[in-house]
Amino acid sequence: MTGLLMTAEKPVVDPRDEIVTHLGPMRAFALSLTRNGAEADDLVQESLVKAWKNIESFQVGTNMQAWLFTILRNTFYSLRRKRSREVADPDGIAAGQLSVKPAHDGRLQLSEFLEVFAQLPVEQREALALVGASGFSYEEAASMCGVAVGTIKSRANRGRARLVEMLHAGEDGYGDMTDRVTSAIVNAGAQGRLTA
Amino acid sequence: MQNENHNNALEDQIAENLRRAFSERAEEKVPDRFLDLLQQLREQDSPLNDRPSHDS
Repeated sequence: MTGLLMTAEKPVVDPRDEIVTHLGPMRAFALSLTRNGAEADDLVQESLVKAWKNIESFQVGTNMQAWLFTILRNTFYSLRRKRSREVADPDGIAAGQLSVKPAHDGRLQLSEFLEVFAQLPVEQREALALVGASGFSYEEAASMCGVAVGTIKSRANRGRARLVEMLHAGEDGYGDMTDRVTSAIVNAGAQGRLTA
Repeated sequence: MQNENHNNALEDQIAENLRRAFSERAEEKVPDRFLDLLQQLREQDSPLNDRPSHDS
């Protein structure tokens, strides 16, 4: 370390000012972990306080959303560990039976999708939320979760396979939905498209 | 293959729903409690902020 102090060059922008722009995605990620709106918002609240107090650990110029999501998931898991000493882990128990019929127009409704998604084990929900929904790369997601890239890939793939399975079980016929889906995907700008 | 197309379509729907579920929540109006919290945090650790001693 050479002592080149950037004395007067205090950064014009306080990185904490950027936190507010990530509130929406934080809430969405929290919801995919907790599956419960009120719990999700409590989790966001706690994560915000931690982020604020530990802002020195954020490296300016790196992805703040990834940093915030990492804090959020760590907070989630530590709360969960705390809680699981009190009550049995609710995850995994429900992982099963329910299957969902597509709506009359053959299109899977969001609410129905969420019902099925909520039945996945938390690791799979997390992987899909990061990679499938938020558009993080497998590499980014792996480093956020502190696991190998292959682990994230397999969690995401198992999650997708499980969703397909559960959605299949409830279907009458998906026959003519392909076109609708295709155009929806195209319209959505197929950026984070699945490679299954 | 019929079945494969079928699965692909389903996977496309899953991908779409994932993004939709996420962005719907992400784009919702952020509840005031979070903005208030950030404001509070800012006030707490801003020593330059010349606040009247305490409330009361």
